[in-house]
Parts: sequence; structure tokens; C-alpha cells
Amino acid sequence: MNAAFYIAAAVAVMSTVMVITRLNAIHALLYLIVSLLAVAVIFFMLGAAFAAALEVIIYAGAIMVLFVFVVMLLNLGLSATAQECQWLNLRAWVGPAILALILVGELAFIIARGALRAPAAGPVEPKQVGAALFGPYLLGVELVSLLLLAGMVGAYHLGREWGMENQRRGDEEIGEINI
Amino acid sequence: MASIPMEYGLLLAGTLFALGLIGVMVRRNIVFILMSLEIMLNATGLAFVTAGAKWAQADGQVMYLFILSMAAAEVAIGLALVLKLKRQFKTLDADAASRMHG
Repeated sequence: MNAAFYIAAAVAVMSTVMVITRLNAIHALLYLIVSLLAVAVIFFMLGAAFAAALEVIIYAGAIMVLFVFVVMLLNLGLSATAQECQWLNLRAWVGPAILALILVGELAFIIARGALRAPAAGPVEPKQVGAALFGPYLLGVELVSLLLLAGMVGAYHLGREWGMENQRRGDEEIGEINI
Repeated sequence: MASIPMEYGLLLAGTLFALGLIGVMVRRNIVFILMSLEIMLNATGLAFVTAGAKWAQADGQVMYLFILSMAAAEVAIGLALVLKLKRQFKTLDADAASRMHG
């Protein structure tokens, strides 16, 4: 059973490495979807079936799809790939890789030293998660809905295409509505 | 359910987070920077779910749901900003928007 965890973890790490090293944005997004699916498999193995389903449906199925659509909308093409090739030289990787390796080494040292050797205690049913969301975490759920509303309004406003001649008229319309 | 020690899950979360951090620092294309941010958020969610599974409590998954919703809102606004950047500067170089005015 442990072998399944190691395989899924290896797939997650390898596909994440592929995400950050690709030149084409769509390829990187597809690798990112694979990484998210590998993490969902790990969630299943931990007994967190609800989190696994959420990861697949919302993260890989909605957020990444939004990413793919926007990248396709940007219409990058071959010139963008050539530009990425120019930006990504080996020298750029050295500094961040060293810093990140220091962080991971530090984390591994802390984890190895601490008394965290207890195995996973059992599956957590979706019913428990639902009860927690409707009970102690109700305020958090309401705040999340406010956050999503703010995100939606912000995305609408930012994505709206004001022409240069319509700019002032758009501001005037907003002023009239406010009055 | 599975006898995975919690430390391995946390180590995996740390590794994925570090990879996302490398991606944010190295890449210049703003779409790739946003992708690396998503990797980091996912790694944080993995850490929370691992911790929740250790204690067999729902709190880990609840926190994961909140992180997921925050990631969704952030991606929506981030991609809208990317579109605005592309429209104004005609490039996706994150260094193009280096001055406050315009």
C-alpha cells in the first residue's frame, strides 16, 4: 500500500518539475493537471475522499480549465515559445534552485527530528466535513462566498473592454448610477 | 485507512511548495508565474489534508476547501489582470509592468 503513495508522489513531483520547465503554456498546464490528479490520488489514500473529489472537480476541472481557456484566448503562438526559450537559460535556475533546496532540506530536517511518526488515523467521511462546515465553520463559509463575490466583480470589471473614447463615458455612467 | 506516515505527506507538500517557489522566481512569463502560485497553493492544501487525516478530523479538509475557494478567486482576478497586461503592453513579460504610471 505504501508503494502506491510513493508512485503517486513521484508522479506529482515529476509533473510539477515539467510544469516549471516547459516553454509552451498549454503543455505546462496539462502537466499541472496531471500533478493535481496525482495529489488527488494521495488524498484518496489518506482517507480524504471529499478533498480528493474537490481537487479533481474544482481545481483540475474548473480552475485549470479557466487557465487553459485564458491561455488560448491570449493566442500566444510560436513567437512566445521562442521568447520563453530565450528567457530560460540555465543560469536563471541556479539561484532559486539553491534557495528552494535549502528550504526543503530544512523542512526535511525538522520533520525527521520531530515525533510525527504516527500513521494516518482513519478516513474522514464527507458527512463529517459537511457537519463541520455547517457547524463551527459557518462564518468561514459565508466569508468565502463574499470572497468569491469580490473575485467575480473584480474579474468582470477588469475584463471589461473600455475603448479609449468610451473611457470617460463609462466613468460618467458609474457616477450617475452612484448618485 | 493507509499507513502512510504523516512526515512523508508533509515532505511531499514541502517539495511541491519549493518547486512552485522556484517557478515563481525563475519564470518571466506572468502566466507561468500564476501557474507556479497554483502549485504552491495546492501544496499547502496537501499539507492541511495530511494533518487532518492524521487526527481523523474534518478540519483539514475544511481548510482545504477554503484554500481552494481562495485559489479560484485569485485565479479569476489574476487572469483578468493578465488579459489587461497583454492588452496594454502587448507582451506577457512580468518585467514590462515595471513603472507605477501607465
